[in-house]
Amino acid sequence: MPKKMKKNYLICIIAVIVGFLLLSLLFDTGILGKKSAYFNGLVVIGMFYTIIVCSLNLLTGYMGEFSLGHAGFMSIGAYASAIVTTLISDQVKLPSIVLYLIAILVGSVAAGIIGFLVGIPALRLSGDYLCIVTVAVAEIVRVVLSNFGIPAITGSATFGKSFAGIAKVSDYHYVYITMVVCIFIMYCYIRSRYGRALIAIREDRIAAAASGINVTKTKVLTFTISAFFAGTAGAIYAHYITTLVPTYFNFSKSSEFLAIVILGGSGSLTGSIVAAPILSALPQLISYVVPAFASYRMLIYAIILVVVMIFKPTGLFGGREFSLPKLLEKFTKKKATEGKE
Amino acid sequence: MAKFIQSLANGLNLGSIYALTALGYTMVYGIIRMINFAHGDFIMVGGFTLFYLIPVMLKMGLPAWFAVFVAIIVCVFVGVMTEQIAYKPVRGQGSTTALITALGMSLVLENGALVLFGSAPRNVPPMFNLPAVAIGSVTIPGTTILTLVIGIVMMLLLTLFIKYTKLGRAMRAVPEDKIASTLVGINVNKIITITFAIGSGLAAVASMMYTTSYVSIKNELGITLGLKAFVAAVLGGIGSVPGAMIGGLLLGIIEIMVKVYMLPGTYEAVTYLILILVLLVRPSGLMGKKVNEKV
Repeated sequence: MPKKMKKNYLICIIAVIVGFLLLSLLFDTGILGKKSAYFNGLVVIGMFYTIIVCSLNLLTGYMGEFSLGHAGFMSIGAYASAIVTTLISDQVKLPSIVLYLIAILVGSVAAGIIGFLVGIPALRLSGDYLCIVTVAVAEIVRVVLSNFGIPAITGSATFGKSFAGIAKVSDYHYVYITMVVCIFIMYCYIRSRYGRALIAIREDRIAAAASGINVTKTKVLTFTISAFFAGTAGAIYAHYITTLVPTYFNFSKSSEFLAIVILGGSGSLTGSIVAAPILSALPQLISYVVPAFASYRMLIYAIILVVVMIFKPTGLFGGREFSLPKLLEKFTKKKATEGKE
Repeated sequence: MAKFIQSLANGLNLGSIYALTALGYTMVYGIIRMINFAHGDFIMVGGFTLFYLIPVMLKMGLPAWFAVFVAIIVCVFVGVMTEQIAYKPVRGQGSTTALITALGMSLVLENGALVLFGSAPRNVPPMFNLPAVAIGSVTIPGTTILTLVIGIVMMLLLTLFIKYTKLGRAMRAVPEDKIASTLVGINVNKIITITFAIGSGLAAVASMMYTTSYVSIKNELGITLGLKAFVAAVLGGIGSVPGAMIGGLLLGIIEIMVKVYMLPGTYEAVTYLILILVLLVRPSGLMGKKVNEKV
């Protein structure tokens, strides 16, 4: 069995590297010409969406609780990292990779801490009540960000209603590696002892508690991890888009993230990985491919959402994981049997 | 003191709008355990109906408030259609699916309005021409009093309806036990549709109250107003009709008081903070019933 696992890991690593090379081929060689920057943007946005959607899937799919306030955690990560990197780059000139790593670290930790502080009291609630508390937290963060500023301390940037002049260090090479690492950590978490405990809680909280699982601890830990990765996504966003506006992180953004989780398949990380880039780019692509539909793009998006819910309510992958090694195995086996005949 | 009374009147005015909207949320939630996020957008639909119909009414020589009746019909139609087309097929598929479908329908209505009416804010013409009332040194606009009176009357009627009519009793029976209510001859599907119709009708009345007080409407009206009303419903205990009224009125008063006496920009943050605190102390809201888990 370990041999098979080794083989599976190898296949996944190869797939990740192939993905990376494919992106390099697309953007570094300049095949796309003038459109390169446009598609580059779509790809980077798709990647930070993937991180935040996967982090939300930890809550929705594996813990069985909704959060409609993930944009709030994202904004904490974005603002925290942006303030720190702006302060640093005012003092010293750092290479972009160092600045990027600092941003990711600060953003994730800041969001993680807030997630922990919110999680302890909030996780006494569940279901719709927890959902509305996450909305409330995100709205409080948004209102605070739009009303209070820390001017003076940042020389080149102004903090307050909007925050401009953030260093643009979210290069897609870095973002891709960050995304892979984040997904790997989340995958490991789900497969770990804690992850199994989490799934047990989702299935039956009381039975799980009776068999010795610390329900509160596991829930708070998951909530913190989820907020942590939302912060990562926020940091990437801030250092890609370079100008932050608090209104970007509103209720609609949070509900968009949740919608992508459900469409991809709640409880399926691979579902999120597939759905996030497609759905984040879909409104843009609709107006790009058929310019006449530009003003209808959000309407089309919404109708697709409702139609999918009606006809395939479990989402794209419906709680199952897509596995590349298994798929390859299937293909090779088929060929082998065909060869025999 | 005069400032306080003035603010209290404004708070009650805003609160009764929230309360009527929250009633729509709470009734639907009470009957099918689903947060109908599209409810806020029904108000937006009602607002645009008023915007387009008031001039028509005036041209026909009818009083402007006649448009409200048409708005009620339009809202009920939109509400029932939403229920029939989108919500009915996903009923029984779990709360996640229902939640996302509701969010999706909200997006459909909002963006449909964007395509049809554009994104510019519109000013709804005034429907009532009422004199202001002076109490001591305080003058309260006539529309504020009218909104309050309509709000209270609607809530009273609804309470009586739910408590004493056959239909109201059926509406209370369905959430208690669906199978048992089918056994005693209640058509559950019909009751759900009627609940949606009443909720949407209330949304039309709420849109009338909103436009007389705040005039300007936008396609994004539903999200902001809907979210607040949802907060009001949860504050009062979602699923409880008196809870929605108390939650709505409280929320309105708190918002205006914070706006007047504290930092004006932060009233939303204070509202949400109060919600969190209330939920932490009373996890099922102010009037909600505590449901004990069975092992």
